[in-house]
Amino acid sequence: MQRILNDPDDIVDEMLKGFLKVHSDIVEAAENPRVVKVKKMKENKVAVVTGGGSGHKPAFIGYVGENLCDAAAVGEICSSPTAAAFLDAFKATDQGQGVACLYGNYSGDNMNVKMAVKMAKRAGITVKTVVANDDVASAPRDQREKRRGVAGEVLMWKAGGAKAAMGGTLDEVIAAAQKAIDNTRSVGIGLTPCTLPAVGHPNFEIKEGTMEVGIGHHGEPGIEVCEIETAAQMAKRMVDVVVPDYPFAEGDEVVVLVSGLGATPVMELYVLYDEIDKLLREKGIKTHKAYVGNYFTSLEMMGATLTIMKVDDELKELIDMPANSMGLTQV
Amino acid sequence: MSTFRNSEGKPILLAMVKAIQENKDYLAEVDGLIGDGDHGMNMNKGFTVFEKRFGDKEFSFTEGLDELGNILFSEIGGSMGPIYGTILMDMASEGEELEVIGTAELGQMLAAGLSGLQEIVEAQVGDKTLVDTLSPAVDTLRAGAEAGKDFQEVLEEMKKAAAEGRDSTKDMVAKFGRSSRLGERSRGVLDAGATSCCIILTAMADSIISLL
Repeated sequence: MQRILNDPDDIVDEMLKGFLKVHSDIVEAAENPRVVKVKKMKENKVAVVTGGGSGHKPAFIGYVGENLCDAAAVGEICSSPTAAAFLDAFKATDQGQGVACLYGNYSGDNMNVKMAVKMAKRAGITVKTVVANDDVASAPRDQREKRRGVAGEVLMWKAGGAKAAMGGTLDEVIAAAQKAIDNTRSVGIGLTPCTLPAVGHPNFEIKEGTMEVGIGHHGEPGIEVCEIETAAQMAKRMVDVVVPDYPFAEGDEVVVLVSGLGATPVMELYVLYDEIDKLLREKGIKTHKAYVGNYFTSLEMMGATLTIMKVDDELKELIDMPANSMGLTQV
Repeated sequence: MSTFRNSEGKPILLAMVKAIQENKDYLAEVDGLIGDGDHGMNMNKGFTVFEKRFGDKEFSFTEGLDELGNILFSEIGGSMGPIYGTILMDMASEGEELEVIGTAELGQMLAAGLSGLQEIVEAQVGDKTLVDTLSPAVDTLRAGAEAGKDFQEVLEEMKKAAAEGRDSTKDMVAKFGRSSRLGERSRGVLDAGATSCCIILTAMADSIISLL
């Protein structure tokens, strides 16, 4: 394994130490070492909390910051945080206005959040949730509730975080985040597998010269394995999965987010974006704003995800609001 | 004897820990086929934390189940933390008042663990989860208690039922958890949770038998 490690079992704790040192202007450790919280939280606002397994940097702690999430619960690599970590994240940020817990649709996260919400209720904290399910390839359209959450979560946090920062009530924050994710569709293409450091070898295979369309953030199989193609062809495949599913139509205004999966050079993401943009223009879909970079990764997997969100005036305002975090800063 | 004393149950917990430690790599391998391969590692981590923290302390069977469950629940996370945490802690609270434990009592404890689990996940028998191992084990204990069978005989039957339950997951299509995303591609492989559950129940049964 060509990795930078001490004891692989300690990687999450050691990563957190480094992260907190570097980003001490934005975030700090909570009482629970598996909770990262914003350093200066605006007063009297709804708390926005997220959480998930590690290995997806900048997600999840990279989206704790100004006008974004107020805290994130941190799990082991590709493994949900504990219910206790979610609960402590709620406790660390609740200001009596309630907590919006915005997370992705994975069975471990669902169970742990469910239990944490129950425990929070006993402690007098109101928590409402939005579960991201933007990954088109993970279940058919009529079973959207089964779909995974992927890079669309970033746009959900952006919308929910902005709404809370603007003074929205808990129900308004939840409604904004829900609208954001309901308007969002994503798909990934994987080019190489990823390796959990403590396992030591990849737990799935992508043969040299092939690519997997619809791959999940943990190597969950996609919808098709095919020979590797040009960026233009990849862009077409991705657009052809994402656009008809929502469906995004001529005249729609959208936000486009292209994220690398970890090991793909960022320059290649720009090549991919350019091709995606051409296709969207051909369809008469207008891009309001685009993000390209490593926004939601899968360890050292190569490949990319395409996320498209249809925006209206409300979502535009929320997306355009300034934000400051390790993963997303805009002025 | 047809019962064991709750207060003398520490070796049962240590046997469960040892079984998980010894099967860490096997579980990783099973999980790697349709999961992400970290099941062995996470289970081993939680069970080993318990051993380190409580190995040289005195505790009863139910106290040990409660502490182990609490560690999995509050320190391990993932899916297995809440699943095994709930099972073990609910078993413990069902049995905490007991001085002696026999077929009926163990059956009630395991049944409490199963029903606690089903409050947080909707998995049923046939969904390719550890319910496929746990549920027949509970049924065997209940039936054994009703028939007034010898505890040791029932424990042997429970091991067999658990193993058959585990093996039954091989030909199932996963309905829950990460492997459910695979649909038909999850067929032909054991479920990792059903496998670890069988390892734990077998170690528990063997250790109880040695105490009888």
